[in-house]
Formats: sequence, structure tokens, C-alpha cells
Amino acid sequence: MPVLKPRPKPTPEILPGVRHPLEKYLRTDRLPHIWCSGCGLGIALSSFLYALEELEIDPDSVAVVSGIGCAGRFAGYVRLDSYHTTHGRAIPFATGLKLAKPELTVVVFSGDGDLFAIGGNHFIHAARRNVDITVLCVNNFNYGMTGGQVGPTTPVDGRTTTTPYGNFEHPFNLVYLAASAGATYVARWTTLHARRLKESIKEALRHPGFNFIEIISPCPTNFGRRNRLGDALDEMRYYAEKAVIRHGVDPAGAEVVPGREFIVGKFVDIEKPTYLELYRRKVGELFGR
Amino acid sequence: MPKVAKRRILAGVHFMNGDEAIAEGAIAAGCTFFAAYPITPQSEIAERMARRLPQVGGVFIQMEDELGAMAAVIGAAWGGAKAMTATSGPGFSLMMENIGLAVMTETPCVVVDVQRGAPSTGLPTLVGQGDMMQARWGSHGHYEIIALSPSSPQEAFDLTVKAFALSERFRSPILLMTDEVVGHMYERVEIPEEVPIAPRRKPEVPPEEFLPYRPTEDLVPPMACAGDGYRIHVTGLTHDERGYPAMDAEAHDVLVRRLCEKILRFREEYTWYEETMTEDAEVLVISYGISARVSLGGVELAREKGIKAGLLRLITIWPFPDEVVKQLAERVGGIVVVEINLGQIYREVERATGGRVPMRGVFRAGGRIHTPEEVLAGIEEVLRCRS
Ligand SMILES: Cc1ncc(C[n+]2csc(CCOP(=O)(O)OP(=O)(O)O)c2C)c(N)n1
Ligand code: SF4
Ligand SMILES: [Mg+2]
Repeated sequence: MPVLKPRPKPTPEILPGVRHPLEKYLRTDRLPHIWCSGCGLGIALSSFLYALEELEIDPDSVAVVSGIGCAGRFAGYVRLDSYHTTHGRAIPFATGLKLAKPELTVVVFSGDGDLFAIGGNHFIHAARRNVDITVLCVNNFNYGMTGGQVGPTTPVDGRTTTTPYGNFEHPFNLVYLAASAGATYVARWTTLHARRLKESIKEALRHPGFNFIEIISPCPTNFGRRNRLGDALDEMRYYAEKAVIRHGVDPAGAEVVPGREFIVGKFVDIEKPTYLELYRRKVGELFGR
Repeated sequence: MPKVAKRRILAGVHFMNGDEAIAEGAIAAGCTFFAAYPITPQSEIAERMARRLPQVGGVFIQMEDELGAMAAVIGAAWGGAKAMTATSGPGFSLMMENIGLAVMTETPCVVVDVQRGAPSTGLPTLVGQGDMMQARWGSHGHYEIIALSPSSPQEAFDLTVKAFALSERFRSPILLMTDEVVGHMYERVEIPEEVPIAPRRKPEVPPEEFLPYRPTEDLVPPMACAGDGYRIHVTGLTHDERGYPAMDAEAHDVLVRRLCEKILRFREEYTWYEETMTEDAEVLVISYGISARVSLGGVELAREKGIKAGLLRLITIWPFPDEVVKQLAERVGGIVVVEINLGQIYREVERATGGRVPMRGVFRAGGRIHTPEEVLAGIEEVLRCRS
């Protein structure tokens, strides 16, 4: 596993009086978290928090919105204004929050099922509108929280508790979906690529409009175990072997198929007027506001 | 283009329908965010908000569905806005889960349901009052919620203003349960010069000392919105005073009871009703919304025939005004409930009176309002069964 940028003070094990390096952004009083050991969610979270730190973002100016699921618990661990909403509704909640308080940086942090099954409609419409939010999706190819059921990213033949004979459905290619719905920044990383992920999150946070990053992540407890992917480290080795870093590739061909190489990197980075820009322009013309 | 920064309060006398009056009431009350999905007979509210909100510096957004509309309203409320959505039956059903989130997270907002004939797609363009129980119990779990029902466009305006004030007072979603006829009926609406904007309760202590879900004396905690510097966690999970998930029966009991009690304890602040000719009444007609106006016609017909009838028009429907109904029921020999459903509020009246007074329901499933004659027939019937 790649080591994150060394901190001035190392993360202590049991050292009294030593502070957590991310304390500024992390609800340390809620630790230990509920996630399984080997789960990729912690890496995704720390990549995000280091991105905030390196951008020197005022913690009072960021809000995190999550839906429901293991990934949905992100909101509970950040020492920020944070909202743990209902299953699938993080994006419309974030839309309301952003439009009511445009000076906030609004980040949606949630799972593949939350954002693309029950919340899929909101995703494509927020991307279409180019609402100024950053959506970070931890894709673990199944519903971790509810015990490992099939989801919209489970590969064909994937074993889950509700596909005991293997999955008969085709999965979404999330980066292609995001790009075609109108997202202006689209990237994919795995939790192996923690530093690149962090840099990508920094880019997204500075990029106006609807930004999307897919974070492929091990779920050793459910998807990993049922699909014989070994433990979390084996899965990291798998990412190291199969993930090919390329930028600017057409996302249409960037499917993730088990056993085959898959592309990570930045797919889309374009400028387009955001919802609020268009709104303000018109209201300014009409009413001089 | 001329620079026309329009006023928040369109003071003066207008000829407008109930839907438009709701939109104007909201804007006058300080609403700056409206999210909705079009549905008959609500569309006039959305259309007016789309035109008016940008004029007053607010934001209108037509969401992809009512699930998103309700979620966006809650998000906007946490962004500091006074926020509203409006819908009709099918959309109201879709909003239910997030109405529960607003209850649990104590989010002030206003939800309007312009009721039409139901179940299902039912009678999209015609009146109904069949969502009254859904208003009470539609979201999962046990909770209390305030629901108001206007009988005219003027009252639609007034109650919308009050709904915003109550939403801040109780940090709770407030339901405005109107109907297609009030929504579409044009009448005189007088908008006053001044409409106060209800303040949001803000924390009085610095962030280090602030417990976002520690209630004050009146059981309502102050609210720290996003960007206020308090950096709080808000969750639909059962939570403790810190707002942190607390997965145990005791914490759940404490929270759910407080959420109910904060509404119930202060009923006298918002239990509104109107009595007409009830002093000497032998038969009491109980109704609400458009049906109450027709009922008044029925009561007048009865009086012309020498029958001492009176009307109790409920304005606050939920929490149900048990005491008001009980006290009036003690003085009468019969009760008639008039509503455009097959007996939803009827059952509440029966419960409140303990079944001690003979009752008749004058019901319609939906599609049209009653006639005064139908109400009169109900009054005569309850008199007959008494004698
Ligand atoms: C309306 C509703 N339906 C179902 C659920 C149950 N549920 C909770 S989390 C979840 C799936 C989450 O999957 P995903 O978003 O992929 O998150 P993960 O746990 O994998 O991180 C489901 C179905 C719910 N909470 N609400
Ligand atoms: S079930 Fe899977 S996704 Fe959830 S915490 Fe465990 S490993 Fe992570
Ligand atoms: Mg998942």
C-alpha cells in the first residue's frame, strides 16, 4: 500500500497527548469507526481530508453530504458541517444546500448503490444541470452495508447474496455515465492510488461545476470474500497489476471487467457555465442583482 | 431590460387563486428557496414561485421528482434558507421518507399538498381530501406534525405565513393541506403592508460548548446551519445531544418522545379553529378546507328550517384538536362530519368524543365538493337517529 505524504507528527498508536494529524477535519471523538479492517473507505476518507488540508480549505466553508450505506457513514466522521441523509438523496440535498448557500464547498461522499441505484436519477440530473458540487463515489461493486447484495456496478457473473448463481445484469460504467450526463470533471482511481486520488480530489474541489470521482475500493467482508478476491491486500495487488493510468481516454471504452486491465485517470476536465452562473447572469440582467 | 427588483410583499388587494396566494404567502414570509416537481393542481404554485423568487433574490428549482424536491428543501433549510415545496397526492407519497428525515433532524420547512381525487393518479384535476391521514402517519415511525387546512385563498395566504413561523418555532416540517378547489378558486386576497420574517433560533454559545441536539426549555434545540462555524453532524439515525448516532433503545426513546412532546406541549399556540352558530347548536357540523365552506351553507339551510345547527371549522388538523371537539360535543346531540374522503377525520372525531355522541358522516370519495343540501340531509339524519 502506498504511504501517504509523511506528516510532521506520526499517527500515534496509544500515545497520550499526541494528536491525530487530521484532527482539524476529523471527528476523532467518533473513532474507532465502524468500517471493517481492510475496507477501502478509510483510504478514501483520508485522501479527501489530506486534499482539504493541502488546499488549506477553511473547514467552516466545506459541507459533506452522504446518503446511506458503509460509504454513507463518511459524513459522520468529518469535523465539518456534515449531513447523513436518506438512501439515494444526498445529491438533491446537496443541491438545495449549495443553492441556498453558494459560498460553501459542497461535497457528496457516498456509495455506488446509493448514488447509482436508488439515487441514479438525481445523479444524472445534477450532472446535466452542472450544479457546483463534487461527488465522490466509493465503488465496492456491491451493497456493503446491507450484507453484500447485487448493485448497479456488480460485474456480470459477480457473486453477491442476491446473485447466488452469479449476476445476470450488466453493470454501469460510472465514468461513462457521468461524462454523458454532463459532468465537467470525471476521474477514476482505486484506493491503491491514494496520492493520485488526493491530487484528483484537489483538482475537483477547485473545478467549478459538477465533478465526479469514482473510487474503486475493496470490500473484503462482502464482495471480496464472495468473489474469492482474497483479503484487502490481495485486492490492492490486483489493482496494482490491472489498473492502467491514462488520462483523456474516451470513458465509453473504460469499463471495469474482472480479470482484465482497467483504466484509471482523468477522463473529463472541461469548462461549462454552472447552474448558478447561468442563474446569476440572467437575474443580474433582469433585476440588477 | 428594465431593472425591476420586485417587492417581497405585494401589499394591497388582489384577485388571485389559492395556489398563487400560497406562493405569495411564502415569499412574504421570507421563503427564498422552492423546489418542486410539477403536478396538477399544484402547478400554479410552482409557476408563480419560478417567476417571483428570482425577483426577490431567491432560488426556484424544478427537481427531477418529488423525492429530490423534498431532499433539496431540507438541504436548503440547512443552508440557512426558509424553504418550501408543494405537490399533490402522488408527489406527497414520494415525499414521505424525507418528511421523516426533516422530523428527525428537526429541519424547518413547509410542505404544501393541494389534494386531488385519489388513490393513485385518481382524478388529477378534481378535488379530494383523501390525504389527511397520510399527512398524519405517512412517514414511517411515530411522530407528531402540524398540519393546517385553509378554506379560502385569503386563508391560504395567511396560513402559509403562519406555517413558516411555526416551522421555525418548532424546528419542524409544517404541512399545509389544501385542496384543488381552494387552490384554483379566485377570490379577494388582501396582502398586508408588513409580514414579519420568523427568526431562526441560533446557538448562543460558542462552537466548543454547543450541543446541536440539546433542547432548550421548550424542547427545541437552537439550529446551527452550514457555514455558521459550528461544524455539526446531522443524521436521520437516532442520535444523542451531540448529534452523533446512538444505537440503543434508551436514546431512541428519549429522542422520539422529545420530538413528539415539543409539538404536543404547545398545542394552544397553533390550535386554530372557527365556530359559527355553535352557542345554541343541537347539531354540530365539523369540517375543514373547502368542505367547511359548503358545510356552512348546509348549516344555514338547517337554521332556515328551524334546526339549531352550528359549524366547527377546523383550521389546525394535526395534532387533532381533541379538547376543542370534546368540549363542543358535550353540548350537542349529534355530530356531522363533512369531508371529501370516506371518513378520515370522522374517525378522529369519534375517537375524541369516545363515541358518546350520535354521528353521521357526509362523505364523498372525491371529484366534486358537496352541496349544502347533502350537508343538510346529514344534519337531519343525525337528528332522526337521536329521537
Ligand atoms: C429507502 C431505503 N431502502 C433501502 C435501505 C437499505 N440500505 C441501506 S444501505 C443500502 C445499500 C448501500 O449500498 P452502497 O451505496 O453501495 O454503499 P456501501 O454500503 O456499499 O458502501 C441499502 C439498500 C435504506 N436505508 N433505505
Ligand atoms: S462491509 Fe465492505 S464496504 Fe462495508 S465496511 Fe465492511 S468492508 Fe467496508
Ligand atoms: Mg457499495
